[in-house]
Amino acid sequence: MQKMLLLGDEAIAQAAIDAGLSGIFAYPGTPSTEINEYVQASGQAKEQNIVSVWSANEKTAMEAALGVSYVGKRSMTCMKHVGLNVAADAFVNSAMTGANGGLLVVSADDPSMHSSQNEQDSRFYGKFAMMPTLEPSNQQEAYDMVFYGFELSEKLQTPVLLRITTRLAHSRAGVVRKAVRSQNEIRLPSDPKQFILLPAIARGRYKGLLKNQERFLEESEHAGFNTYFDGEDKTLGIIASGIAYNYLLENYPDQKVPHPVLKINQYPVPRTMLAKLESECGRILVLEEGAPMIEELLNGYLSKNLNITGRLDGTVPRDGELNPNIVARALGLADSTGKEVPAIVMGRPPSLCVGCAHIDAYNALNEALADFSKGRVFSDIGCYTLGALAPFNAINTCVDMGASITMAKGAADVGYTPAVAVIGDSTFTHSGMTGLLDAVNDNSNILVIIADNSTTGMTGGQKSAALGKVESICIGLGVSEDHIKVIKPLKKNHEENVKIILEELNYNGVSVVIPRRECIQTLNKRMRAKAKIKDLETNQN
Amino acid sequence: MKKDIILAGVGGQGILSIAASIGLAAVEAGLFLKQAEVHGMSQRGGDVQSNLRLSDKEIASDLIPYGKADMILSVEPMESLRYLPWLANDGWLVTNSTAFQNIPNYPDKDELMAEIKKLPKHIIIDADFIAKELGSARSANMVVLGAATPFLDIDYKYFEYAIRKLFGSKGDKVVQLNLDALIAGEEFARNFVK
Repeated sequence: MQKMLLLGDEAIAQAAIDAGLSGIFAYPGTPSTEINEYVQASGQAKEQNIVSVWSANEKTAMEAALGVSYVGKRSMTCMKHVGLNVAADAFVNSAMTGANGGLLVVSADDPSMHSSQNEQDSRFYGKFAMMPTLEPSNQQEAYDMVFYGFELSEKLQTPVLLRITTRLAHSRAGVVRKAVRSQNEIRLPSDPKQFILLPAIARGRYKGLLKNQERFLEESEHAGFNTYFDGEDKTLGIIASGIAYNYLLENYPDQKVPHPVLKINQYPVPRTMLAKLESECGRILVLEEGAPMIEELLNGYLSKNLNITGRLDGTVPRDGELNPNIVARALGLADSTGKEVPAIVMGRPPSLCVGCAHIDAYNALNEALADFSKGRVFSDIGCYTLGALAPFNAINTCVDMGASITMAKGAADVGYTPAVAVIGDSTFTHSGMTGLLDAVNDNSNILVIIADNSTTGMTGGQKSAALGKVESICIGLGVSEDHIKVIKPLKKNHEENVKIILEELNYNGVSVVIPRRECIQTLNKRMRAKAKIKDLETNQN
Repeated sequence: MKKDIILAGVGGQGILSIAASIGLAAVEAGLFLKQAEVHGMSQRGGDVQSNLRLSDKEIASDLIPYGKADMILSVEPMESLRYLPWLANDGWLVTNSTAFQNIPNYPDKDELMAEIKKLPKHIIIDADFIAKELGSARSANMVVLGAATPFLDIDYKYFEYAIRKLFGSKGDKVVQLNLDALIAGEEFARNFVK
């Protein structure tokens, strides 16, 4: 079979296409976005009529994927780690309903927070929901695990969590493909009540889920993704989960580790393998990309086993992603260094693009707010979060998708007015609409700026669920039409825009101002595509 | 054979097209490859890098350890210096000389060049100028790549193959412009080290 050069994300997408996927549902979020993008761009996926959708948010995506599983077909849902918080209700309960057609939930964690607001470890969600969890250490494993994950899901009738991290998602390597498998036919669950979580039925399902844990563990011990490598020097035994294994190998010539190594890629953690390592080795070093989950499990709350080392005792830093040097130090090996960065090298933080509409929107908002005291702008997740940086210094909060409107509402309700929310169009339909309904119902004195660039900009321009619908949604939620104002954020409109924002700041109730101008990146992309078509036409004539 | 390369630049400058070219060349030459990229927020005008590892043996880590990179290949001069902690003592620094100034405190250009010249093995190339002379300003990245090719232990023909493959869908004219850019960079580097 041919070898393809694929990002970890792309390997997962290609594997799903090859493994008989019928539908994929996702909300863009770094580092998971490229999975669904790859399916959308794939000619093979089109030929196979695979449904590939950007959902309004991760919860709707998770539920749509569960619906596909219900009818017996294979489905996948993809999100970044914090997206799994949004999907958590559906995710945790999907472990209770179980799966019919194979269901894979991909959660992409971002240790070191390259593009995120926290570095939570999705493996805890797998444990919490009592769902089998897979964690590949390289692109080939990621590909293979999708096939295995679907099979496991159908065999044990459970959704399966596939946890990846930034370095796997966004790193490219050669991948060997498997033969393409055809899609499942529609076939409803043999138990017609499987998906009805009424308390009486749910109690039975829960007993089933608890009983299934033994089979999940059995798979984890024997399926072949957890491996015990023996080693001569038993003064130290090493547990390396996921991508941490690569950094371990990197530190030994010819990748030959002299110690026993337990490579963990599947959960629940393999008990007999752990017991063997624990009984044979003097000290154990736990290397995990993310939180010290396995380490905590082995250590126990009272840390009675002093021979377990890792992130908890400081052998490995408690936060941040791993790298070969951190692992070298944890192993007590010689660390490598290079030259220092010369002092003249300046920081170059990310910034809004030249020509970005958010620049003009923030300039207008800042001027409108000039006569008020500082600290009243609640913002959200997107490119416009960069308004926190100089020269704008325009926003005061950024917490989670949709929190701008609801935090502004809370502040306004207890008397801090005017309170302003700044949210993007895609974030608004993701999680802002319900908050706006709350504000309307309580007539909260807030101004909501919906910065509408007609795309999901930060992740590279995916289709926004809000496209063409922002005003009608606001009207439908009960915002007075007199206080929904669309402005065009351009330098030449600055004075007028300031005036409109100021008017709405002074209105006592819910008002919405929509600065609308297309994202400069998607505009350029569109223009390039147009020029290319024109080129082709000219060449043909 | 092992070559660890840090690709450097500013978000939007297109270092990934260089990475893709080297990747295609390496795979065609039968090498193993791992390439870690940066996507997401930092792409918006911030500093970006990619760890590109080539080897005739299987590669373990996606990330290059400090002090082990054989080359820093940069499309922007200040960015080339940001990754010195990764460069091996005898490693090459190959950089474009055209500054990308989107910050108010960008350093003095002469001081910048003086810092780069402190390195025993360096190539400074005005890739933007060379690309413009060739009539293809957008091929500057391929000029920079060309300047790196003499030091990568991969036969030149594989880079030509990569460019044909990468730009093939855009027509023969685009392919030729990029091949011209590549060889212009290659020739410059050979003369530079003489």
